[in-house]
Amino acid sequence: MKVLVPVKRVIDYNVKARVKADGSGVDLSNVKMSMNPFDEIAVEEAIRLKEKGAATEIVVVSVGVKQAAETIRTALAMGADRGILVVAADDVHQDIEPLAVAKILKAVIAEEQPQLVIAGKQAIDNDMNATGQMLAALLGWGQATQAGKIEIEGNAAKVTREVDGGLQTVSVTLPAIVTADLRLNEPRYASLPNIMKAKKKELTEKTAADYGVDTTSRLTVVSTREPEGRKAGIKVGSVDELVSKLKAAGVI
Amino acid sequence: MAVLLLAEMAENGLNRDATAKAVTAVKALGDVTVLVAGTGAQAAATEAAAIDGVGKVLVAEGDAYAHRLAEPMAALVVALAPGFSHIAAPGTTDARNVLPRAAALLDVMVIPEVSRVVDADTFERSVYTSAAVQTVKSADATKVLTVRIASFDAAGEGGSAPVESAASADAPALSSWVSDEVAASDRPELTSAKRIVSGGRAVGSKDNFAIIEKLADKLGAAVGASRAAVDSGYAPNDWQVGQTGKVVAPELYIAAGISGAIQHLAGMKDSKVIVAINKDEEAPIFQIADYGLVGDIFTILPELTEKL
Repeated sequence: MKVLVPVKRVIDYNVKARVKADGSGVDLSNVKMSMNPFDEIAVEEAIRLKEKGAATEIVVVSVGVKQAAETIRTALAMGADRGILVVAADDVHQDIEPLAVAKILKAVIAEEQPQLVIAGKQAIDNDMNATGQMLAALLGWGQATQAGKIEIEGNAAKVTREVDGGLQTVSVTLPAIVTADLRLNEPRYASLPNIMKAKKKELTEKTAADYGVDTTSRLTVVSTREPEGRKAGIKVGSVDELVSKLKAAGVI
Repeated sequence: MAVLLLAEMAENGLNRDATAKAVTAVKALGDVTVLVAGTGAQAAATEAAAIDGVGKVLVAEGDAYAHRLAEPMAALVVALAPGFSHIAAPGTTDARNVLPRAAALLDVMVIPEVSRVVDADTFERSVYTSAAVQTVKSADATKVLTVRIASFDAAGEGGSAPVESAASADAPALSSWVSDEVAASDRPELTSAKRIVSGGRAVGSKDNFAIIEKLADKLGAAVGASRAAVDSGYAPNDWQVGQTGKVVAPELYIAAGISGAIQHLAGMKDSKVIVAINKDEEAPIFQIADYGLVGDIFTILPELTEKL
């Protein structure tokens, strides 16, 4: 079974995003970029499926700027087999929307014919939580989002999803799209020998135009601002003082 | 201008709170038609019809919708879409599963977790783990959006909307339901609770979480947890408050032994009154707390529970 994993290059998880002074967006110049953490979990899950013998090949795809090649190399160093970079933007500030990404991935999938796609549930930059579901719709495949556990059972994937109020387990017929939630696994670090080996793995470069996909945004960002700040209040010295403050505030 | 609003269903019927908050968010956009789908949807439809601001309720009965699987739900939404300028739903895990699929079938973008409706085409939403708020304008013919529940008050009672049946839509069986594991609890639900008491890594163990739960029960509050506490196995996944868990905005939020990672703050910083209890006086949580108390949660929480 071939597994395809889409990965996105985003602002590093540990970097606090700063809004540009002119309100045109978040400043990404000279900011550390990394693989979207949920995508790292997706890559890890694909590698574990391969280690268990359930997957035979792992193809990693990234849609974005040229520099996303680094993100693909990271996945290859973790243990993925091959990468496809689809260049769709020149400027790191240009985000390709989930609908356009899904259309490109659909075209890639038509060529690659994977049986399973594991994607991150959400990118930590645009917080959309949409690409996996949109890709499933365009392909007419089943979907299981927010996976906390994946088991391959013959021609289906049994997926336990993290939902409001608990867990839901569904069985989805392959080929299918599964999106990874936080607790699916803990991604490995790439070892130095594997990082060296990854440099020799195949990485094909394409463009959005190669797949005939129009990546024009449907949503225009009118402005970006900092959220309303919340000021620090006061420190109280005792439980009694806290109780009287809460009573005065009318919340107890 | 007309809005099709997908009602949130729970195991025992309508999730009125989430649905009524979404009604508040979208009612300025046009006549609101609420779609109730599932088994036993009739009772939920009657309840939805009484929400103030609802113009009509459509009911889709059927086993296909019983477990809110994305494929039949999205097919149903798409079949009903003609005639609506907007398709919306409260931003629950169900809606986040269904609406992006429906949007792609309509060849439009989804606008997730809208925190403010500016006009018919323009919406505000948080990005970058709530480090920024974006205003986006949609060029799509149909606007598909989910609503950040914590940003809106629930619409009241007083509606008397007509209830009609919706034709079910054909959908291939691509997935099937296996089981649900719902944590049974007498406590209020996190996303609709007026008060929340949350514990962090400093709680130290699953057993120690009892001190959080005792205070919560005294206050009639829901129990929450930081990601660190959940990852350490002290609390179940569905208690997690934060960007990757639940976003909440209760009247009172008590953070006990929570340092205040950005990820956690993103999920609770819109709470009306925030209380932080932590032994580290440099903890970032104190920078957003209205009332901070520096000290050991194991002495403070039992004392607070007793004195309330």
